[in-house]
Amino acid sequence: MDAESGLFKALGDATRRTILDELADKDGQTLFEICGRLTMKHGLASSRQAISQHLAVLEQAGLVHTRRQGRCKFHHLDTGPLRSIIERWPIDSIQEGPNP
Amino acid sequence: MRISITSVYVDDQAKALAFYTEKLGFTKKTDLPAGEFRWLTVVSPADPDGVELLLEPDEHPAAGRFKEALVADGIPFTQFTVDDVSAEVERLKGLGVEFTQDATDMGPVVTAVLDDTCGNLIQLAAMK
Repeated sequence: MDAESGLFKALGDATRRTILDELADKDGQTLFEICGRLTMKHGLASSRQAISQHLAVLEQAGLVHTRRQGRCKFHHLDTGPLRSIIERWPIDSIQEGPNP
Repeated sequence: MRISITSVYVDDQAKALAFYTEKLGFTKKTDLPAGEFRWLTVVSPADPDGVELLLEPDEHPAAGRFKEALVADGIPFTQFTVDDVSAEVERLKGLGVEFTQDATDMGPVVTAVLDDTCGNLIQLAAMK
């Protein structure tokens, strides 16, 4: 799968988008914290294994990076890959407001 | 039948006693020699006759692997209740305690996760 397919596949899943929302809310979370947020805040009862796989897809798309600190692993958001979307389809009407 | 003792596996009992009393603020309840180790428990000063926490040596090879696997994913196996998670995080950070999760609003509960330096992550929680 090319990088762009990976990006769109990663964004195509609601749970993965919620994971990105929560990392945007607070960057640098353990798997435990992400699972806790999805369960407690969003009522998403995915298994730890499922969340782990979602994170792997996000990491493959470059949207999440992991960092080991001591014995724990933390997940960080990287919105950099999203740039390719607005470069491909530029948003040029931001200053002009909505079209009539 | 009652629950009077619960355990945490620690890599060093003396170090654990220091952390659980000097940092977390528990008080030593029982300290008896038990072969190579000690029967060592602490209690909350707010509930000295309540549940005791046994600082249990993690000598068994399975205990070490169990702890490592949990910590790698950031999972706290043991949880303590506090009145105010944010205040407790601030107090403990002042004492040099490291957190893997700062005070976080989880809906009905606020939680935070700290490293007990003895091989465990501990969750602090307060119901809202």
